[in-house]
Amino acid sequence: MSQSAAEPIEPILTRNFGRPDSHTLTAYRETGGYTGWAKALALEPAAITDAVKRSNLRGLGGAGFPTGTKWSFVPKGHAGPIYLVINADEGEPGTVKDRYLLERDPHALIEGMLIAARAIGSRLAFVYVRGEYVAPWRRFSAAVREAYDAGYLGRGLDVVVHRGAGAYICGEETGLISSLEGRKGWPKLKPPFPAIKGAFGAPTIVNNVETICQVPHIVNRGPEWFAALGTQTQGGTRLYSVSGRVRRSGVYEASVGVTLRQLIYEHAGGVTGNGRLKAVVPGGASAAILRADEIDVTMDVDGLRNAGTMAGSAGVIVMDETVSIPDALRVVARFYAHESCGQCTPCRETTGWIYRMTERIVEGRGRKEDLDTILDVARRGTGTTICAFYDGAVGPYISYIEKFRAEFEALIPHA
Amino acid sequence: MPKLTIDGRPLEVPPGTNLIEAARRLGIEIPHYCYHPALSIAGQCRLCVVDIEKVPRPQVACNTVVAEGMVVHTETERVLETRKSIMEFHLINHPLDCPVCDQAGECWLQIYYMKHGLYDPRMVDEKVHKPKAVPLGPHVILDAERCILCSRCVRFCDEVTGTSELGIFHRGDRSEIGLFPGQELANKYSGNVVDICPVGALTDRDFRFQVRVWYLDTQKSICPGCARGCNIEVHVSRRRVHHAEGRRVVRLKPRFNEAVNKWWICDAGRYGSAFVDGDTRLQAPARRDGEKTLEVAWTEMIPLAAGRLRGYRADEIGILASPKLSNEDLFLLRRLCDALGVGAVDYRVPPARPGDEDDFLIRADKNANTRGAELVGLGGADSRAILAAARERRVKCLWIFCHDLLASAWPEGEVLDGLLGAETVIFQGTNANPTSAYAHLVLPAAAYPEREGTWTNFEGRVQRFRQALPPLGRALPDWEILGRLLQEVQGAPRPARAEDCFRDLAATVPAFAGMSYRSIGDAGQLVQTARP
Ligand SMILES: Cc1cc2nc3c(=O)[nH]c(=O)nc-3n(C[C@H](O)[C@H](O)[C@H](O)COP(=O)(O)O)c2cc1C
Ligand code: SF4
Ligand code: SF4
Repeated sequence: MSQSAAEPIEPILTRNFGRPDSHTLTAYRETGGYTGWAKALALEPAAITDAVKRSNLRGLGGAGFPTGTKWSFVPKGHAGPIYLVINADEGEPGTVKDRYLLERDPHALIEGMLIAARAIGSRLAFVYVRGEYVAPWRRFSAAVREAYDAGYLGRGLDVVVHRGAGAYICGEETGLISSLEGRKGWPKLKPPFPAIKGAFGAPTIVNNVETICQVPHIVNRGPEWFAALGTQTQGGTRLYSVSGRVRRSGVYEASVGVTLRQLIYEHAGGVTGNGRLKAVVPGGASAAILRADEIDVTMDVDGLRNAGTMAGSAGVIVMDETVSIPDALRVVARFYAHESCGQCTPCRETTGWIYRMTERIVEGRGRKEDLDTILDVARRGTGTTICAFYDGAVGPYISYIEKFRAEFEALIPHA
Repeated sequence: MPKLTIDGRPLEVPPGTNLIEAARRLGIEIPHYCYHPALSIAGQCRLCVVDIEKVPRPQVACNTVVAEGMVVHTETERVLETRKSIMEFHLINHPLDCPVCDQAGECWLQIYYMKHGLYDPRMVDEKVHKPKAVPLGPHVILDAERCILCSRCVRFCDEVTGTSELGIFHRGDRSEIGLFPGQELANKYSGNVVDICPVGALTDRDFRFQVRVWYLDTQKSICPGCARGCNIEVHVSRRRVHHAEGRRVVRLKPRFNEAVNKWWICDAGRYGSAFVDGDTRLQAPARRDGEKTLEVAWTEMIPLAAGRLRGYRADEIGILASPKLSNEDLFLLRRLCDALGVGAVDYRVPPARPGDEDDFLIRADKNANTRGAELVGLGGADSRAILAAARERRVKCLWIFCHDLLASAWPEGEVLDGLLGAETVIFQGTNANPTSAYAHLVLPAAAYPEREGTWTNFEGRVQRFRQALPPLGRALPDWEILGRLLQEVQGAPRPARAEDCFRDLAATVPAFAGMSYRSIGDAGQLVQTARP
């Protein structure tokens, strides 16, 4: 079923990206915009959710959870408000796709929100935009005004655009909700899950920008068409942010079944630096690293899970042989030490400690027990925290050291 | 009610109970820092993990409620390993300054590390440094390096007092407890954060470097500060008398009582024990002779005072009893009044300013035993009229317990005329005050930590306070002074213990019928009239 991404795929999410006015309502309408919404209006909410389930759409924000299934968790017949929250916080290092969507196709997100809100019974949606995303926020806000003026919004769905203040943890869905509620962006204990008790205590569905941008196409062209674009267990295309030592870094749309090799060598034009691939991070900084000989994997959620890493946010970071893996770990470890919200003891205390150890190693002051200490501490902390941030940090800690141990040892005196 | 098994032992608990509380019922302690039964669940410390059958990963017990058929294990290999790890993580940036920390000896980092420690520190890197010795308010001082960021103090100020002075600022291992800008931790219950802080991060300013906690003895008591009667523990320093600048009562701590004060006490009560060891304590019976004050022995004082009382006609005696006296004291006083035939007795003296009150613990009535005085049946008379009678020389002997009439709502001139009008002024109390300066006979009374007794709180709950210390100097418990006088006046045998007085009280006054020290116990017991 899976389509080879080597074959040029029909652009779906990116179909308007070429037009300089792609962000306008006029341009969006000219390419079939808001026809999915028109069709959805004729469908029962449950039928929309069902279509999304059958499409095999999986969340594109990081966790890869089946979207239709998530929607079906909203308690049936709930009396009070139900909220739809769009996660536009895009903080995962190496990921810039949501920015492109907000800037170049904001109406696709609005149309998707209209449909999703109808499916879950929400009349108020929040869009939480990363603080540093000033231009995307302006573009998207302008599109929201257009949609109000054109009568898409304001008649059954209102949209509040909320700007974050620049914390990675506010991309974690319950951290985002805390921040939206006006509190410190601390992730919340689960249970309860947001679909039962989320923002302001109401059932809340949090979805990534790109996930929701897929929804109009699913309704328009049918779930079977969408499912066929991907693999057995995941439908559609997605946007890959390819960066690092590649000839053409950028955002590429391809099937979720594309291989990592195809992305690097075909879409991004191959490796620069000394031209020889050393390692790739396939799904944003929190994904475990892959060696050059591990890139013949499909990029779907299950394909990468089976390869011991994760699809995450599809931020592909390419490193050639001249890149120092210990130094790369030092940079990543600094990020996690800086961004831990500080709530849970293991995450708060060990992200800083591990950063200090990696820094020492890179500076030539490593001790021979440091590597095993990092591995042991990271393993012990895994799965003990409130949110997935820590397990995300553990991905690089363990994989960088396990896969490139010799490189670390070479930096440690008397190792 | 769900039935479950914890460590192989079956139990049944109300739905909604979490696993920490469920285990507690079996006497199994699941270690934890951030969980506190009075506060919302934070789930931050991650120490309370347990294994639950059919659940792949260990779960935090604080945020897991019991379910039918749940099988919980609190001591699996995996749980023990996780505890060890969490303890190691808690100490990564901890300064380990136990030798200069007031919390040492009652610190939950020490306690849990003893049992769950790694005992093989791996951390050799520079620790994160944070502010130390930061006063947060009049009573509490912060050491941010010792803080384990359990957020109990923050939740207390958010959820219990609703004052929200505290927050956790910054992120990651730079996270730090602090005051919001322009705030001070000065709410009326601020001292409670010291109790709930599991480590030495928040400590009492007045206890700082005073005495090591392992030299303290503790005794169950009741706060004398208002009509609520919060349950407390009195902590006394007797084994190192040179510590704490010679103070014996070094701190008060709340003692849990579901029906009265839960886990808390107010700051006024907590920091209000200085009078016990204060300079104004009356330590010896004394007689004023013109300008001179002469200390006398009790063996001399009792006949002297009894002689004065007997020397006047019953209607020439006026007694201003105190609602701070215990039920036992008041009962003996009633018997003495009966024996002497004195009718001019009252205990109500209005304060100069009405006491502060709130809808939590603090009561406007700053006397511990107003309800008891009412019930014991003292005070058919009117206190102001008694004073007026003294002014008019109708009352010749004025016996004042505790009160400082000069700090009352009554005009100073009226009080002075009364005090100067009486031929004999007897003052009985723990501390000297401007009123006692006018006394001809001074009977020094033991303070509440120096004696036994009961008070009846505003709801009618009779509560026991116990003796933590010997009386200072030659002071005696009020009941004992009154018992000796009664013996002198009537020839009756005097009670040997406060409990004997209470037994007589219970046999005589219907409100207390059927009660005993045993039935009152640690939790108190409602008087008959207050029982539902
Ligand atoms: C530390 C952390 C950061 C995250 N950051 C983002 C983010 O920036 N954007 C996003 O969409 N999802 C992010 N997620 C995933 C969200 O928690 C959540 O799974 C997602 O928004 C759900 O939307 P989806 O199902 O459409 O993917 C993050 C998760 C974690 C643990
Ligand atoms: S895992 Fe880390 S980021 Fe997530 S809640 Fe805990 S401390 Fe915060
Ligand atoms: S100061 Fe004490 S109570 Fe407050 S967060 Fe720190 S350890 Fe917890």
